[in-house]
Amino acid sequence: MTATATSARSDLSELGRSETALRTFLHGLPGVDQVGAEQRAAQLGTRSIKTTAKAQAIDLAIRMVDLTTLEGADTPGKVRALAAKAVRPDPADPSCPHVGAVCVYPSMVPYVAEVLRGTGVHLASVATAFPSGQAPLEIKLADVRAAVEAGADEIDMVINRSAFLAGRYKEVYDEIVATKSACGDAHLKVILETGELATYDNVRRASWLAMLAGGDFIKTSTGKVPVAATLPVSLVMLEAVRDFRAATGRQVGVKPAGGIKTTKDAIKYLVMVNETVGADWLDPDWFRFGASSLLNDLLMQRTKLTTGVYSGPDYFTLD
Amino acid sequence: MFEYAPAPESRSVVDIKPSYGLFIDGKFVDPTDGGSFKSINPASEEVLAEVAEAGGQDVDRAVRAARTAYDKVWGPMPGRDRAKYLYRIARIIQERSRELAVLESLDNGKPIKESRDVDVPLVGAHFFYYAGWADKLEHAGFGANPRPLGVAAQVIPWNFPLLMLAWKIAPALAAGNTVVLKPAETTPLTALLFAEICQQADLPAGVVNIVTGAGDTGRALVEHPGVDKVAFTGSTEVGRAIARSVAGTRKKLTLELGGKAANIVFDDAPIDQAVEGIVNGIFFNQGHVCCAGSRLLIQENVADRVLESLKRRMAQLRVGDPLDKNTDIGAINSAAQLARIKELSDAGSAEGAERWSPPCELPDRGFWFAPTIFTGVTQAHRIAREEIFGPVLSVLTFRTPAEAVEKANNTPYGLSAGIWTDKGSRILWTADRLRAGVVWANTFNKFDPTSPFGGYKESGYGREGGRHGLEGYLNV
Repeated sequence: MTATATSARSDLSELGRSETALRTFLHGLPGVDQVGAEQRAAQLGTRSIKTTAKAQAIDLAIRMVDLTTLEGADTPGKVRALAAKAVRPDPADPSCPHVGAVCVYPSMVPYVAEVLRGTGVHLASVATAFPSGQAPLEIKLADVRAAVEAGADEIDMVINRSAFLAGRYKEVYDEIVATKSACGDAHLKVILETGELATYDNVRRASWLAMLAGGDFIKTSTGKVPVAATLPVSLVMLEAVRDFRAATGRQVGVKPAGGIKTTKDAIKYLVMVNETVGADWLDPDWFRFGASSLLNDLLMQRTKLTTGVYSGPDYFTLD
Repeated sequence: MFEYAPAPESRSVVDIKPSYGLFIDGKFVDPTDGGSFKSINPASEEVLAEVAEAGGQDVDRAVRAARTAYDKVWGPMPGRDRAKYLYRIARIIQERSRELAVLESLDNGKPIKESRDVDVPLVGAHFFYYAGWADKLEHAGFGANPRPLGVAAQVIPWNFPLLMLAWKIAPALAAGNTVVLKPAETTPLTALLFAEICQQADLPAGVVNIVTGAGDTGRALVEHPGVDKVAFTGSTEVGRAIARSVAGTRKKLTLELGGKAANIVFDDAPIDQAVEGIVNGIFFNQGHVCCAGSRLLIQENVADRVLESLKRRMAQLRVGDPLDKNTDIGAINSAAQLARIKELSDAGSAEGAERWSPPCELPDRGFWFAPTIFTGVTQAHRIAREEIFGPVLSVLTFRTPAEAVEKANNTPYGLSAGIWTDKGSRILWTADRLRAGVVWANTFNKFDPTSPFGGYKESGYGREGGRHGLEGYLNV
């Protein structure tokens, strides 16, 4: 196994050199049966997570939240408040962990950076002409550099779906490689925008393409198109990171984003991570939720578990 | 690590009586010439209830009650009125689904997620489906005025106790027959709860009779001269004996017997979903499934890859308390069945196949068997030929589609088969050549009341389910 993994590793690094090699490899991946994938995801959704397991899952989910605001109306005041919440999600309970990261537009990064310094909460920024990615490459790369310089240590880029759907895989690949290099030390999350890729076969190919090009994380969605993260899409991406590690030895993280609003949803994802890729990914370094309203539901359920009663929404901060 | 805390379904939702009589002519009665036996929980070996054992006279009483009900009430009743009762039964099954699911898991050992999400919903669906046929029989394609046969003797197995009851009783009643049903001796309790449901639905007395007992009771029932139809689901061995005893009589016979299904994985299969299908094919209901995909045929050029994925997936299976909502594999139904699974598995090892199970802790009490695969199996091995009826998979390889078909068909059985490939044309080519009653493509163990089910060769004859399922209960 080790011998084949080593030889596979050298093989894969060559793939990005030619359009043909890339296409042959991506189209040679095993297909995804839509009915079967959706059935498996639904099955995992029926697991019953109670008591101690639920408490453990809620705290883990809080640590995995990328607390996000991506609005034209975002202001320094708004993002500072959000960052403060990220550090202390439940002011009434110091045992509540902080979230994984705060995620904002590049222009908001400096204000968030002031609040997060020294707290252990990461600072993510969406760059590369988010959400459409429809800008010249130089502008996208400048966007990335600006965000990193302003203090972002994680960059959420969007892939060039136009090139991907037109079959120009090498162009997508090269853009990711260039973005990764513009990131410097910052971690790169690659948004596939699975709602626009439409098929699970495309999701699997785009996942491998992003990993081959050096992405540290693969992320489902921008949250700006009607179809965002779903359980089956995340299942296909988890299978991809599992198989990629088996082939290359490198572990890549997964971030479903958009539409995950309740504790129940979040726990379904954690069960799926647990039973698809295992404990190695049950850590904020390897799995994140891109979400905003999810956090308050997690806090509400957390309080319910410790006190035995539900509190109204006014007992949790709205930021 | 993310450990799931116990999530047991409450067993207090179902009220189990200390003892049960026979259900004859609308009432629970004591046996006149029979004794009694105990039904146990296979997950704990605890006694659940004492159940009457019907003797020859009891069977005779039941058949006579069914005859009277057929002559006086059910036979003359218009189809639309029979439908009314069947719909009522279907609705009560849905209303009492939680109760039925918990009782099924207690008595049979199957995980609650299966009795709750598969067995009981399908039971309700079967009654709804056949209720719809009751007043439309002249449109079923069996002539202008198809007539019922009379009294049906029905003997069912322990693997899907309530579901097999539904497969038997729903079409029989819809077609206008009355029934005497014998559930398996290890799993009689849901049939007795169903008898209570018949009372609750005001079903006329004698239309459904339930006689509990073992092989002798079953023999007395199928050999009774007063029955017009015999329907049996169970082992090929018993099926043969029944066919012999029925031969030369006017009784109509349908048999649904054993299987040794091939699940064929081609090299272009969607591997992750195929692995799910393999797991579902053999580990669903502890492998106590006549149509289980117990022979895995993998194209040799992807065999290592598929087996590696399969083993990784098997390590995720949760074996244990059937009432825990997170349990994937429950208890083996009986000590006798466990002994048979062990005997055949030991034969597999002795004949040189390589045995593998994921690490898994089995409870101390009760009957348990870890999910197991054998690799390096050839057509000559006993485990490739005999029905194991347990969570044991035999893995074989093939080189070409023609070889896959040849191996798949090289069995005395012919109940079901599975095909995994991304090519639609290959699905059709293969399905055309497989001698099996049901062929699943890129899925496995899918059941629906509208779809006929049944076998070729030693897997039996006759079809259950769908329009075809009516034929066995009509004079056509």
